[in-house]
Amino acid sequence: MLKKIFPSLGVVLVVVAMFLGLPSIYSNQSFLFNLMLYLALAEGLNIIYGFTGYLPFGYVGFFGAGAYGSAIAVTLLHISPLWGVLWGGVAAVLIGIILIPLLRLSGAYFAIANLAASQALYYVVSNPALEKITQGPYGIDLSSVYNANAAYYALLGVLVFAMVLVAFIRNSDFGLCLLAIKEDRVTASLAGVNIVRARSIAWMLSAFVAGLCGAVFGWYSAVFYPSTVFSLDVSVFTIVFVLFGGIGTLAGPLAGALILYSMYNFIGISTPQYFQLFYGLLIIALVLFLPDGIASILRKGKVYVP
Amino acid sequence: MEVLLGVEALESGYGSIQVLWGSSLEVASNQCVVLLGVNGAGKTTLLKTIAGLLPARKGKITFKGADITGLKPNSRIAGGIGYMSELGIFPNLTVEENLKLGGYFRSEKDNRKRAGEMYEYFPDLRAYAKKMGASLSGGQRKMLGVAKTLMSHPGLVIMDEPSSGLSPKFVKKVIEVLKFLHEQEKLSMLIAEQNVSFLDFAQKIYILDKGRVSFDGDVQELKGNDTIRETYFGISR
Repeated sequence: MLKKIFPSLGVVLVVVAMFLGLPSIYSNQSFLFNLMLYLALAEGLNIIYGFTGYLPFGYVGFFGAGAYGSAIAVTLLHISPLWGVLWGGVAAVLIGIILIPLLRLSGAYFAIANLAASQALYYVVSNPALEKITQGPYGIDLSSVYNANAAYYALLGVLVFAMVLVAFIRNSDFGLCLLAIKEDRVTASLAGVNIVRARSIAWMLSAFVAGLCGAVFGWYSAVFYPSTVFSLDVSVFTIVFVLFGGIGTLAGPLAGALILYSMYNFIGISTPQYFQLFYGLLIIALVLFLPDGIASILRKGKVYVP
Repeated sequence: MEVLLGVEALESGYGSIQVLWGSSLEVASNQCVVLLGVNGAGKTTLLKTIAGLLPARKGKITFKGADITGLKPNSRIAGGIGYMSELGIFPNLTVEENLKLGGYFRSEKDNRKRAGEMYEYFPDLRAYAKKMGASLSGGQRKMLGVAKTLMSHPGLVIMDEPSSGLSPKFVKKVIEVLKFLHEQEKLSMLIAEQNVSFLDFAQKIYILDKGRVSFDGDVQELKGNDTIRETYFGISR
């Protein structure tokens, strides 16, 4: 157990050092912020997808719920934006609790139902009749509490939390029992695992991380609309990053998000006309040759991936 | 003898299809019971209902004198029932992790000691401790299934066709192991089988036919029954 903690700790420290040091060398804070955002989201999605096998296509629903939960707390209850971030996480967990019955579904049915749930949430939030609370389709204005630097470091905190959470799950009995559920639910229940409780906890932890991310994103953006924080791109990007890196590990999703998101920015901005072609080919190659992500290359060489 | 598991007039099934029509059986402490029946007789359904994977529609299940009819599977397992399904291992987890999950709700210290005992019983498993379950042969998988089930120190082990998919040589080996464990660990067992080689060490036999118990008794009585002899042993007068 202890022997395995050190590699995980190393990964966390490297990532923290990177995001503490990079702003002084590289001035595009918005890129660093978004990169960090996807790293944290990838780890959050990893909790539910990597360990229990439920593919949450509507993961963005938690992200949006977090953004709105925190923004409503800040604008209507006048609490500080830092506390608001926590409220965002709690809002996402509440949505997660409402959606727990979806976990009875499996495979594509779960993915589709979850996608539908996130879109339902989008239409509820952007309904003009709720203008007094959510501002409806007109978006939220948080410019009175805007503080890019504070939001940047708050997100770093969220990222550290997400990484520590995944490292803990990966090395604990709880993680083993989640893997058992992913493998075979019936056999897991016959091993004495309380399936409903274990998967619900994983689901809510995953939702909590996405909610925190959404909340900080709202704070950093100052102005956002329902279509930004409920954009399906968030789900799709996160899922692709996690798959590319390797599910069920700490380092895999981090590597996936780091490589693909950086590429998305550099190629996508310099030669946008070829970008999608390139990205598409990369994903096809991934599915064909490395279905278990880049972490599987190391695993084949018998290297432990934290 | 003290009754460990009691099943009274159990009815169960899947959706609109009822499979069990009032089956009753008993397993006493330290007793080996074999449940015989052809395909579709309801053996697996009966075992699944006892383990809590299927709800009982009518009837009652008691274990160590307590009514467990409404309990969830994990509480029944924690209460001392071990269940081994036909393919009861996790192929993508290591042998070590499989064993750990078998004793999921027990302390780590206790688990390590118990895993050591299992490696004593099944030396093959020790050699494969860090390998994936999928890399084991059919016979070794059954051994892992048995070891995994025993990890939780069950008072009663329920097995669904431990001989399925095995060559006759391995079937013999499985029977030897079960006999040994029965003596060594004072295990009570309820084994559903089609393979009559299992009858040798059964102290009691039930035959399930179309969801009803059509016979109960010991091996001698069974062999004296002509119709049964024809169906299961293929011997006619």
